[in-house]
Amino acid sequence: MSAQDDRPLLVAEGLSKHYGPHLGCADVSLDIHEGEVVAVVGESGSGKSTLLGLLSTQLLPSAGSVRYRMRDGEERDLFALGEAERRFLLRTDWGFVHQDARLGLRMGVSAGGNVGERLMATGWRHYGRIRAEAEQWLERVEIARDRIDDRPDTFSGGMRQRLQIAKNMVTRPRLIFMDEPTGGLDVSVQARLLDLIRSFVGDYGLAAVIVTHDLAVARLLSHRIVVMRHGRVIETGLTDQVLDDPREPYTQLLVASILQA
Amino acid sequence: MSDAATYNFGYLDEQTKRMIRRALLKAMAIPGYQVPFASREMPMPYGWGTGGVQVTASVLGADDTLKVIDQGADDTTNAVSIRKFFERTAGIATTTHTSEATVIQTRHRIPEAPLREGQILVYQVPIPEPLRFLEPRETETRRLHALEDYGLMQVKLYEDIARHGHIATTYAYPVKVDGRYIMDPSPTPKFDNPKMDMCPAIQLFGAGREKRIYALPPYTKVVSLDFEDHPFERTKFDRGCALCGSEGIYLDEVVTDDRGGRMFVCSDTDFCESQRAAPSEAGHGLHEVPR
Repeated sequence: MSAQDDRPLLVAEGLSKHYGPHLGCADVSLDIHEGEVVAVVGESGSGKSTLLGLLSTQLLPSAGSVRYRMRDGEERDLFALGEAERRFLLRTDWGFVHQDARLGLRMGVSAGGNVGERLMATGWRHYGRIRAEAEQWLERVEIARDRIDDRPDTFSGGMRQRLQIAKNMVTRPRLIFMDEPTGGLDVSVQARLLDLIRSFVGDYGLAAVIVTHDLAVARLLSHRIVVMRHGRVIETGLTDQVLDDPREPYTQLLVASILQA
Repeated sequence: MSDAATYNFGYLDEQTKRMIRRALLKAMAIPGYQVPFASREMPMPYGWGTGGVQVTASVLGADDTLKVIDQGADDTTNAVSIRKFFERTAGIATTTHTSEATVIQTRHRIPEAPLREGQILVYQVPIPEPLRFLEPRETETRRLHALEDYGLMQVKLYEDIARHGHIATTYAYPVKVDGRYIMDPSPTPKFDNPKMDMCPAIQLFGAGREKRIYALPPYTKVVSLDFEDHPFERTKFDRGCALCGSEGIYLDEVVTDDRGGRMFVCSDTDFCESQRAAPSEAGHGLHEVPR
């Protein structure tokens, strides 16, 4: 982990998004530091995914700004970047793991091609080296090397999510966005995936924003937690603190309702 | 010509030709960029070369000599009917000899005889978008072109090697034009790709159904995409033409009977005929052809 720079990696200030008369999220401010995992929790419709879309520049905010510290150390306003620069950022220094693997993977392209796409997009033109790199990443996400030429539509749900992660990690991003990465997976597969994400965060100093409605996922993975309701952040803090000793009545309700199970 | 009512020169009306020429000029100014144009209905079905015919009609002048080939042949249906079409609607001279033609309309081959300055080669294009089968959204492919975001094209070649051990694309082999745009060279065999590079003739591409025109001005750099460890390779044939004996040219397989008999002959009929007519000129009847 490179701890030389104490400035946050990403700074969001006063982010708001309106969908016509409806509120997506309002006045959200958030810092993310290098190597830090932030979980965004809340019920359906609380604005979690809108916030993720804004932070990752896939949505344009109605108000507010997002600044990001580039690899060269310069802080840039993300919404002032040109589209080419933004795309480059998205496929090199960032990753995005979708709940539905179909959105993050090319289902008609082999696993190796999926992992190699970012490399080829950034100028790799040596087939042997692209393939060797893809093999290494498949191994790191515990997909057998001999599946490299198989298409992801022959993979199980858990494998698809791991392939998505490999596809994103291949350019060594510093920040990864995850939208319900464990959604729809059974508990043992979830556990393996969480384990993997945790080890990557530790090994590569990866920062992550994870949107989830599953408090167990948030507790396992995240250092800090952001609780959202009706488009607003109602409580933030260290994960253990918030989950063990929630201040807001809504958070108390949320924690209580989960722990009953 | 008689006094009877006749077509406007080259079938299309002058306003339409003007519109197409504007698109052509833009295409020449931005080599490899697909320029949208208001493609017209033509008196032939889509897929028969409506795009090429419109481009040809727009560049033809009264003193031009037209050659039309279909897979290299001057005497197959598509070539014969388009040649007749322009004989009838433009009253211009036609030829089958590459060297005599000023405008050559082609469906998927580039003649074996080298082209020269002053000639125009018009390609009929079914699908102008090289990224089409990788990314179905036209809005997205246009953006990819605009941002020069071409990793996807390389993924296709990667998949080829992963599946077949080599780049198995043999026609419509993607090229990079002048270091900028990726272009589909229409379904020409990849054998012809090197002929596009630094070609002295003007190369125009017309896609009628898709309403796109693109172009290569003379002496444009055209590079076939590849990998460092899997470089582009031109198709090679292990024999010469069964009729004229030429080697190093593109061959067609012709089935000669129903007992498995077959022969390989020049795809370019004009070239084959000229080789047979003058075998002594270039040696022993076996010729290496300049690319």
